[in-house]
Amino acid sequence: MDFDVVDLPTTTHPTPGDLAPSFTRPLVTTEGWTDTSLDTLLEAGPLTLVFHPMDGAFPTRYIWQAIADRDWDADCQLVGVSISTPYAHAQFLRDQGLTDYRLYSDPDAAVADDYGVSHDLDGMAGVTEHRPAVFVIDADKTVRAAWVAAEWPAFPPYDDLAATITDL
Amino acid sequence: MPTADPPITLYRLQACPFCERVVRRLQALDLEYRSRFVEPLHSRRDAVKRVAGVRTVPVIVDETTGVTMAESDNILDYLEATYGGP
Repeated sequence: MDFDVVDLPTTTHPTPGDLAPSFTRPLVTTEGWTDTSLDTLLEAGPLTLVFHPMDGAFPTRYIWQAIADRDWDADCQLVGVSISTPYAHAQFLRDQGLTDYRLYSDPDAAVADDYGVSHDLDGMAGVTEHRPAVFVIDADKTVRAAWVAAEWPAFPPYDDLAATITDL
Repeated sequence: MPTADPPITLYRLQACPFCERVVRRLQALDLEYRSRFVEPLHSRRDAVKRVAGVRTVPVIVDETTGVTMAESDNILDYLEATYGGP
């Protein structure tokens, strides 16, 4: 089959050993949302931060289904981030049956900028979202593992990352 | 260091005039609060039901006094009586 996978420009993002950038955004569950800082979440222990395309895009469903199948939240806190609104996040979590999951809403993709994972979408004027990317972050904010998509579309190396998550 | 959570939590809906009324009073009294935006659909608003026994908003939870309260009229009276000064 002939199809094109697009190379994304190289980017500078946090790598293992770096400190994860702090941010505060609405953190959404199926029941609502409240402004929550990453630092507050890390007080409860290490965390896997998953940047993903907007809710409704097929890679978003694939990524969350794959993560749910692997129970990433069993060993470590787990949160997602996309540009989707809190309302869209709550609906997505309900539709996918991810009722225990939490997603940050970052509509202007400023957090994407801080993490070096911005993606200006071709054919959607003015829309910048998050590249697929995963950061495993220790309770002291040290990045333990980092994966950032270099192509579009691309999917996280789930099993490599899972090894880091279970090691925390 | 992250700052401690403010003791007052306001359960609210975006664009709910009764909620905005409470927000204005909280701000006038210079009180810190955190906003918890809840499900717009009344029948699914279980997060509020669990803390306050009702599905209406606004609701405030004040950890300083242990008070949980619904109904904006009651909340305004409570805030004034508790934090409004002499």
